[in-house]
Amino acid sequence: MSVAEMARSVRSGDVTAGSIVESYLSAIAERDSELHAFVTVLGDGAREQAAAVDSKIAAGKDPGPLAGVPVALKDNLCTRGIPTTCSSKMLESWCPPYDATVVDRLRAAGAVVVGKTNLDEFAMGSSTENSAFGPSRNPYDPSLVPGGSSGGSAVAVSAGLAPLALGSDTGGSIRQPAALCGVVGMKPTYGAVSRYGLVAFASSLDQIGPFARTVADAAALYDVLGGHDPMDSTSLQRPSPHVSTLLDNGAQGVRVGLLAELVDGVDRSVAARVHQAAEALAAAGASIQEISIPELRLSLAAYYLIASSEASSNLSRYDGVRYGLRVDAADVAAMNSATRAAGFGAEVKRRIMLGTYALSAGYYDAYYGQAQKVRTIIIEAFAKAYQKVDVLLGATTPTTAFALGAKADDPMAMYLSDVCTIPSNLAGHPAMSLPFGAGDDELPVGVQLLAPALEDGLLFQVGAVLEAAAPDLALPALAASTLRGDGPSVAVGNSSGGGR
Amino acid sequence: MTAARLSRDDVAHVALLARISLTDQEIDLYAEQLGVVLDHAAELAALDTASVVPTAHPLPLQNVLRADEPRDSLDHDEVLSQAPAVQDGRFRVPSILGEAP
Repeated sequence: MSVAEMARSVRSGDVTAGSIVESYLSAIAERDSELHAFVTVLGDGAREQAAAVDSKIAAGKDPGPLAGVPVALKDNLCTRGIPTTCSSKMLESWCPPYDATVVDRLRAAGAVVVGKTNLDEFAMGSSTENSAFGPSRNPYDPSLVPGGSSGGSAVAVSAGLAPLALGSDTGGSIRQPAALCGVVGMKPTYGAVSRYGLVAFASSLDQIGPFARTVADAAALYDVLGGHDPMDSTSLQRPSPHVSTLLDNGAQGVRVGLLAELVDGVDRSVAARVHQAAEALAAAGASIQEISIPELRLSLAAYYLIASSEASSNLSRYDGVRYGLRVDAADVAAMNSATRAAGFGAEVKRRIMLGTYALSAGYYDAYYGQAQKVRTIIIEAFAKAYQKVDVLLGATTPTTAFALGAKADDPMAMYLSDVCTIPSNLAGHPAMSLPFGAGDDELPVGVQLLAPALEDGLLFQVGAVLEAAAPDLALPALAASTLRGDGPSVAVGNSSGGGR
Repeated sequence: MTAARLSRDDVAHVALLARISLTDQEIDLYAEQLGVVLDHAAELAALDTASVVPTAHPLPLQNVLRADEPRDSLDHDEVLSQAPAVQDGRFRVPSILGEAP
């Protein structure tokens, strides 16, 4: 059952929101002790939201386009009165006094928030191993990472613990775990979705976006998120596109660039799937040309300087004064330093240190200033490529899912797993990862579509074509009852495997 | 710029600026690890960017304004309920200037 069908059956009264939320709470109870997708599960809180949807329907009111559809939220999205930990000891018991704009919009659409998902602390990482509360596990093989930083959201959707989830993507934190867990993950154009209530990591790069099992489900979620928000001065002052209407437009005449920098150098079986995806688009009437943007090789270094610099500034707010952890000491400066030493994990400290150094007197021009100029070089190089093509195609990640602990002691190796996703963040462009069969290891492979700013709709349009042509992908070994089709009531997504 | 290796003193200074107490062991670890990351940044330093304008932000935004209309702020009690220490409706902190509170 698709998300649209689920909402339709709730609105028509065929199924209650209450029964749907129960089936997903059962799935969470069945699987989350193995997977650890969630930091907080909203049992009765979710039941109350579902009951409110059902009462609206009983009263003849329209509960909205996502009526009764369960959604999991990455735990760096503020939920009023509900813990929002960022998977950090710093915010372990923090309950925000307001809801993020995306949470308001989800509730207005009738969606039911079932829980808050695990992440790398403050969204810094590519495996969820940096969570202060322990890692999430890949549903295809629990000895492997699910990717990160939005790993819990990817796991929740992959295993059938929620049909939809939200994540945030600063350097690939939606697309990379989506690829490793065999689901759809999309980073909108910068500014397309309000960031109000998203705990800030790197403000010029952060963007909230959807996880789903299919492109159509992701579109249904995208369509309720967008539009200007006066609470976020960087949110775009333009009407949000209704991407669900674009899914049947096909790829006829679309100019696709097979991006060498996102194909060469990735694992052989991943690259093979990208080439197969290009052939599928050609068969659907798209024109394919190979394209190279050599400047993208500068992205990783520029990203780590810019993101860490912005993080060092944004995370200065965790000072033990107004909220979160405090470690007492004799004076304020000692209290600040002791609090931050105890509250932050190793990766967060590493990035704050890197950013503080890059912004410090004598080094600012050489590091942060130079990285900002490289950002311009990358934006201009993309613009040149987009004179020749409408979308770019490549891998989402250089490899399929890797083992827990494999890169934990080597920050640079971990950073390299985002090498294919970072360029879109630097440029502020939209990009989507979607499952396209498996690698030789039988683990999910994600292919990535990139488009220029504001062309989010084109990603959904071309993504739907790729999805229809995608090779079969088996259900995860740890799929919950909602996916296996033997659950207590409602199943969502596709019972026969990935793609559709 | 090549191999801008960080000394232990550099790391200790940065930790002071960042207000993070580090153990000796952490100082050694970060001196090594930050050096590796900065080595990768050296490829940027080698570029000639004299004529390139820096990008701070992907959107060409300037001075986003709104009407100056009064509206409710966050609930005072709800906000203070999340504070580590409160006194007389305000955040309470340890001494700042070394005097007795």
